[in-house]
Amino acid sequence: MAIQIIIKKNAYHDSVTLMSISGKVAALSGVADAVVAMATAMNKELLRNIGMLTPAVEACGSSDLVIAVKAESEEICAAAVKMAEEAFAQKAAVKKNAGETVPSTLQSAVKELPGANLAIISVPGEYAAREAMQALKQGLHVMMFSDNVTIEDEKKLKEYAHAAGLLMMGPDCGTAIINNVGLCFANAVNQGTIGIVGASGTGTQEVSVLIDRFGGGVSQVLGTGGRDLTEAIGGITMLDGLAALNADEATKVIVLVSKPPAKSVAEKILAEAGKCIKPVVVCFINASQPDRPAEQVYFAASLEDAAYKAVKLAQGQTDFGSACDHAALKAMAASRKAKLAPGQKYVRGLFCGGTLCDEAMYIVKEKVGTVYSNIAKQPEAKLGDPHTSKEHTFIDLGDDAFTVGKPHPMIEPSRRLPRLLQEAKDPAVAVILMDIMIGYGSHSDPAGITLPAIIEAKRIAEQSGRHLEIIAYVCGTDKDPQNRLEQEQKLAAAGVTLAKSNARAAYLAAAIVS
Amino acid sequence: MSRINELFGKKLTVINVGTENFKNELEAQGAEVLQLDWRPPAGGNPLLIKALDRLADDERIEAANAKAIDIIVNARPVLEDIGTALDVLPGMTRHTILHAGPPVTWERMAGPMRGAVIGALIYEGLAKDEREAVELAGSGKITFAPCHEYNAVGPMAGIVSASMPVQIIHNLTHGNYAYCTLNEGLGKVLRYGAYNEEVLKRLKWIETELAPALKAAIKLSGGIDIRSLIAQAVHMGDECHNRNKAGTSLFIRAIAPFLVKAGLPQDTLVRVLEFINSNDHFFLNLSMPAAKAALDAAHGIEYSTIVTTMCRNGVEFGIRVSGCPGNTWFTGPAQMIQGLMFPGFTMEDANPDIGDSAITETYGIGGFLMGGAPAIVQFVGGTVDDAIGYSQKMYEITTAENSNYSNPNLNFRGAATGIDVRKVIQTGILPIINTGMAHKEPGVGQVGAGLVRPPQECFEKALLALAERMK
Repeated sequence: MAIQIIIKKNAYHDSVTLMSISGKVAALSGVADAVVAMATAMNKELLRNIGMLTPAVEACGSSDLVIAVKAESEEICAAAVKMAEEAFAQKAAVKKNAGETVPSTLQSAVKELPGANLAIISVPGEYAAREAMQALKQGLHVMMFSDNVTIEDEKKLKEYAHAAGLLMMGPDCGTAIINNVGLCFANAVNQGTIGIVGASGTGTQEVSVLIDRFGGGVSQVLGTGGRDLTEAIGGITMLDGLAALNADEATKVIVLVSKPPAKSVAEKILAEAGKCIKPVVVCFINASQPDRPAEQVYFAASLEDAAYKAVKLAQGQTDFGSACDHAALKAMAASRKAKLAPGQKYVRGLFCGGTLCDEAMYIVKEKVGTVYSNIAKQPEAKLGDPHTSKEHTFIDLGDDAFTVGKPHPMIEPSRRLPRLLQEAKDPAVAVILMDIMIGYGSHSDPAGITLPAIIEAKRIAEQSGRHLEIIAYVCGTDKDPQNRLEQEQKLAAAGVTLAKSNARAAYLAAAIVS
Repeated sequence: MSRINELFGKKLTVINVGTENFKNELEAQGAEVLQLDWRPPAGGNPLLIKALDRLADDERIEAANAKAIDIIVNARPVLEDIGTALDVLPGMTRHTILHAGPPVTWERMAGPMRGAVIGALIYEGLAKDEREAVELAGSGKITFAPCHEYNAVGPMAGIVSASMPVQIIHNLTHGNYAYCTLNEGLGKVLRYGAYNEEVLKRLKWIETELAPALKAAIKLSGGIDIRSLIAQAVHMGDECHNRNKAGTSLFIRAIAPFLVKAGLPQDTLVRVLEFINSNDHFFLNLSMPAAKAALDAAHGIEYSTIVTTMCRNGVEFGIRVSGCPGNTWFTGPAQMIQGLMFPGFTMEDANPDIGDSAITETYGIGGFLMGGAPAIVQFVGGTVDDAIGYSQKMYEITTAENSNYSNPNLNFRGAATGIDVRKVIQTGILPIINTGMAHKEPGVGQVGAGLVRPPQECFEKALLALAERMK
């Protein structure tokens, strides 16, 4: 094996760019290992593990770029390095044309763009809090996509923002829609009168998408980051968002979305919701419903239920009924169940969206008992090896175990494909459940990229005389760049059963195996 | 109503810090987005980040820097007189040799500087030949010191000895003085380490004919405003470090009537004017002390993080910072200059960065104004766009814009002025210096020109020292 290592001092590139270039280089035939990364402690460790940590690389700092290739021959190494360098050159050329000056600090950016009102921060977590604080001090609202920010820093940022009247969305906030512009991972949904504050990215996406589906629209969608409703933070951003939406003329109904909050925080938030002059739909995912603090506060059983109730309330109705026709789902489940071979009894959920995985898993668990998962809270349900399924298993492929040094599966859904084939080979599997996340930020054609594996999975099962039921839910709208309808058509043509919401996909899967 | 409500309904205008994918998606939706050219602050070094945080948002620092900037921008350097180094430089002695850059011992000096020292000792009559000069230089009887510690500056080797005439710049606003020798021209000259007969003869002529003639003319003129000449020169394609064609021409225009009025003998007048006219860089030895006068006045302001000196001795690069008073130097290895070589020379021939001329960049001209000096681009390699880019980047590490010196190619934006150590470390952007390359052997002369940046460690050391002082 030949090894070539190139170091470029003080040549910073963001991790998304690096991962995409790494991926392309590694895919070259004859290349065994390729690491194109900043020389951070973590990446150096990575290089050490594959025997490519030279003293020169060891001496590098986190603003130095390393291109390391291990391949069958010197020629392939050289070609791989050249490919990486060309990719960087291409990026530099694009940058140059886009504008003559590219400011390096927030202070100079604000001078350059005096009307700026929001900063999006997605730099590595160890630096993110500094940048966010600088943005707040410049009077900018902040959406902080970065994670790995300490809880102390989060509290400091949120307290500062609160005192300054600014919005501090995140850390680890992936979804917002402000003034009809989708930020980071968001969907193109109708404008309307429903305002959302969400502490969960894909959960918030699901609610906004279903509001659109049910004929409603959103005024603003604000994110808080996943830790906002912990005891330590106390829901600062959710409370600020709630107050802003309550004061916003364009908002008629407010939806709050979160995984189960800390008890004291839940109480505080419900108390504030109770004081609102507008109806508030509260969706604490998978939590038991507390007492209603006031007449205008409603609880939702699922993300779909939250969207449905919000749309009804926006239309002035309080007589809700249910969005979901459970009888029809049961009939459909029966027809699928009839196709199964005797040994097929388990559901395997392979998810890109964390909250969608959580919600689906909870629904299935209610029907079938224990469900194993890499994100299970109960220790007995936690998967020992996240790469090997056991009975009913739900995998969140966006979890750290799968994403360290790699792009999130919403950006790179192909990372789910080997697992899909692995599950298809297991004769005990009856149903594979998947989310297809579309919208801004997500992969440009997740259904298309998944299709060959779906066809192969079905073929594998059929060869062994089994019917493999694949249920998918496309989380998005027909206005999204990927277009929900087109995505659904591709999947349907391959024999995939499509659900109209994440919850319904889960009900259906549970009904087939129970 | 909170500012959150003010955001609702307004046009969303975003600064994107991090992955460009988010920017692309926002632009696809019609939002206005500015992408930040972000990199980890201080190269990700936790110790430096801690120091940066200690030095952030401190009113004492902001006030000190504002004061320093006010001094730098409002300094009014005027060429008032010519005197002899021994008479006018405070602390100068017969056995003192001043050199460019931070302190350096005879043993460690670069080739061109050693040559120039030898030349100066012979010129002063302290040694009669090279052998004696070398012996004397190493004997400990000669005091070597940086020009900068004597209110002076010198290009390249920057050697100043007792008998040399120096141009006297008076900062009328703040009352301080700065000094610089007269530029000897190109080719075999002392500042590149040459010390043959021709060089020594020229130095003698400068002392006995040129300096007295100019002194008389300057006296008659009542002082020549160098700030005004720099201001005009930068509108005529000079950046006043590596290109001084316009400045020199303007100087001739300013001084010529007084040279005539001074009633000098005809042949003296001819030699003087021909000498200045033959040397495009004559003005460099005026722009440099002008910058020095402004920056010295701003040195020693407690808490200020503004750089007041950048200079090189051919071995080390050194900076001084206003908030670390006196002669506190922060040094790192002198870098190799990247640029174009004159025909017949290769990079092998070049000496690392040398000379006090980076005082121009410290003042906001030189490389910082390169975008306004397109003609220099051919000389150092690169394109006009590159030059404009360099100038624009310097606003990221400076504190103010000096409207006295405006850049026509940036719509007359004032020169980026007042390098802030904190900003240099925060962004990793190092000052850009537009400079000549000396041959590493004494006496060969200039071998090329190009661009160079200081070693980052100067600024790292300065930042840590400043943070230490805040304790």
